[in-house]
Amino acid sequence: MKILGRATAVTGALLAALLPALVWAQDAPVPNKGDTAWMLTSTALVLLMSVPALGLFYGGLVRSKNMLSVLMQVFVSFSLITVLWCVYGYSFAFTTGNAFFGSADRLFLNGTFVDGVFSLGATFSKATPMYELVFVAFQATFAAITCCLILGSLVERIKFSGILLFIVLWFTFSYIPVAHMVWFWAGPDAYTDQAAADAATATAGLIWQWGALDFAGGTVVHINSGVAGLVGAIIIGKRIGYGKEAMPPHSLTMTMVGASMLWFGWFGFNAGSALEANGSAALAFMNTYLATACAVLTWIGAEWLLKGKPSMLGAASGAVAGLVAITPAAGNVGIQGAFVIGLGVGVVCFWGCTGLKKMIGADDALDVFGVHALGGIFGALMTGIFNAPSLGGPGYVEWIGLTQAYGGIGAQFWIQLKAVALVVVWTAVVAAISFLIVKLTVGLRVTEEEEREGLDISAHGERAYTA
Amino acid sequence: MKLISAVIKPFKLEDVRQALAEAGVQGMTVTEVKGFGRQKGHTELYRGAEYSVDFVPKTKIEAAVPDSLVEQAVEAIISAAGTGSIGDGKVFVFDLDHAVRIRTGETGDAAL
Repeated sequence: MKILGRATAVTGALLAALLPALVWAQDAPVPNKGDTAWMLTSTALVLLMSVPALGLFYGGLVRSKNMLSVLMQVFVSFSLITVLWCVYGYSFAFTTGNAFFGSADRLFLNGTFVDGVFSLGATFSKATPMYELVFVAFQATFAAITCCLILGSLVERIKFSGILLFIVLWFTFSYIPVAHMVWFWAGPDAYTDQAAADAATATAGLIWQWGALDFAGGTVVHINSGVAGLVGAIIIGKRIGYGKEAMPPHSLTMTMVGASMLWFGWFGFNAGSALEANGSAALAFMNTYLATACAVLTWIGAEWLLKGKPSMLGAASGAVAGLVAITPAAGNVGIQGAFVIGLGVGVVCFWGCTGLKKMIGADDALDVFGVHALGGIFGALMTGIFNAPSLGGPGYVEWIGLTQAYGGIGAQFWIQLKAVALVVVWTAVVAAISFLIVKLTVGLRVTEEEEREGLDISAHGERAYTA
Repeated sequence: MKLISAVIKPFKLEDVRQALAEAGVQGMTVTEVKGFGRQKGHTELYRGAEYSVDFVPKTKIEAAVPDSLVEQAVEAIISAAGTGSIGDGKVFVFDLDHAVRIRTGETGDAAL
């Protein structure tokens, strides 16, 4: 999971000094009502990011004959993963197991609410628990939107049954283990002395043990889905007429509305990842706000300079690129970091969707790789640099004494690089195998006739727009 | 009788309608069309994808007029639709064999 910032550590220390009477007067600490309210709100905000925001953002970019198919794929994938999350996803992602998977302890959310008693989970402050069900719901929305992101690479030719089967496979063998590797740990209360700390760290996920920083999902969400999308685009092949026929977006108005709602919902995604309504959440909130605005300006700036005109699609794409890149960094860098990450990623992802896309040559229809994978990688690596207290970052917390610690820019950058590389390879392999399984069983692609007619009619028997 | 078919810039439609009415033309049919002549299209850019749009939106008007009105009507269109720049459009005039007003069954000039 994510690391406390300096401000939070100080607050924690202050609280520990001021409130012992309060805390120890009770048998055990209970969740803070303000934290609970914030996290429930954040969870609903992340849901909004998928349905409707991502649906509209993606839907506006396809031709009108495929509008409903995109909305359906997002809507149904989101629902499917939410169900699977409660059946087994949460359990294998967020319970103690080995360094790659959790265990079956929480199948069907078993044990989270028993005889009127709620189980409690950890936050990033000692003696500050949260209702485990709040964490389950919050993380469910992350798993679900991550799977929906992949759809962008495959739209306008993917078979509906094929995408559902793929998502089940990929969620199980890539999302769950990557989430476990990056985010699962025992929580701060386990870190009482060195021996206890070593024992606690040994139960954490592999990438957490390495010390990689990923505040809200640069690796887990964006690199994971972006690379899977590219693999899918290569395996499924190009849309009929790609590069020969014009395939302009059918409604950039909807794309703009979707991108704006993503920006709004992303406050829940990033600031909510603090798991508490505290200074770390405030830092994540401001960084998310600022980096996004920066990326809008640099994307359209690059476009204006190199292609002649600043476009609405460029502004919307820049916003999403900024949001992606600041995700791993949100509460892990200071304002300086947000400026650099936002300004940088606008140009990086612009190149990802133009120059790099031509070099790769795949029909990654809505640029999931160019925006999410590339933006996620850029953000994850920059997090390693701008986490440094010397560059305005919070550093990270040594959990026993809650003091600020930092291993050096070079060391942290190397850890981030290793984390990125492992996730890229992991998701690429899982995605390739999963897509091939789908191809050999239910099939990945619709027939040429169905593709020409449009998936709205051929797959769902309805039309988005009737005159 | 003649059939006048004119392709004009869409924003000139109202001016042309007014000019034709003043010239005594009783009715017309209007269609939104696309096409190209000497005016070039434009390019549209969506992230990395560049599309050249060769067909420019135009408005086509058709009016059937008695022989006595042809010259004035064509003159009215030319003066109302002209901007002096490339892409103003064209006017075509065809012979018209027959015309019937459906409600009354009148034919020829009386039907126009």
